[in-house]
Amino acid sequence: MTPLAAFLVVAALVFAIGLAIALTRRNAILVLIGIELMLNAANLNLIAFWRFSPHANRHNDGLTGMMFAIFSIAVAAAEAAVGLGLVIAYHRHTKTTDLDAMTRMKG
Amino acid sequence: MIFGISIAFLLTAILTVLGALAAALLKNLVHCALSLTVTFAGLALLYLQLGAQFAGFSQILVYIGAVAILVVFAILLTRGAGIPEYRDFSSSWLAGLVIAAAVFALLGWAVARSFPANIAASAAPAVTVQSIGAALMSTYVLPLEIVAVLLTVALIGAVIVAMPESRTPKSGAEASGGK
Repeated sequence: MTPLAAFLVVAALVFAIGLAIALTRRNAILVLIGIELMLNAANLNLIAFWRFSPHANRHNDGLTGMMFAIFSIAVAAAEAAVGLGLVIAYHRHTKTTDLDAMTRMKG
Repeated sequence: MIFGISIAFLLTAILTVLGALAAALLKNLVHCALSLTVTFAGLALLYLQLGAQFAGFSQILVYIGAVAILVVFAILLTRGAGIPEYRDFSSSWLAGLVIAAAVFALLGWAVARSFPANIAASAAPAVTVQSIGAALMSTYVLPLEIVAVLLTVALIGAVIVAMPESRTPKSGAEASGGK
């Protein structure tokens, strides 16, 4: 079995890349993509810790960590829908998705 | 097996990280969305390797099936004619890169300190879809309902926000004229 640290390092890499995307790209949709990557890295951590937790610490038939990840996926889907809706609404008003040009949100 | 790391994990991890890197560096937004899909698929494969079948298939269904499609739609709806003329990276890209590298260094340091030896993986928890469904309907029924309400509100809100406003709403014009 692959050690826990390997999964954590992959999750840290994906998180760092997502953070770099959110901080450096200028397109609002790409910033949302970066946020999605960070959420996914957190999910990978949740599932990895769920898998490697000792039996004695497992409550609710060992389902707690798995449930955390599943609810996290659901919330991330809601976040993506609202974020992309906002970007489309902003683009309709100002014809841009460039974050440097987004200085006001008053329609 | 290299240091206990299986070849399947190695290939999946490389695929995942390369997809994320491509999403960060490519210029064409559609290519970014496609490499994001590769990353989502790689993460689903990692979930499957961890024995979390339900989470893995949920990942494929939700992220590849819904979120990636949503991102592609948003890109196509907001794209102007051709390649945009402005730069792809913000003027403060160096600071962002340094912050991201520092975060990764911190996380890697914490992982290296916390898990010096291989933690013995206990036997895979016997989690079936049946037990997940039973738990969702008993122990986790309140969080499930809250998430259901949250998803409904978020999707209705997203549709309302993205809906085109009528230019001259009759009642709205009268109301604003009255003021």
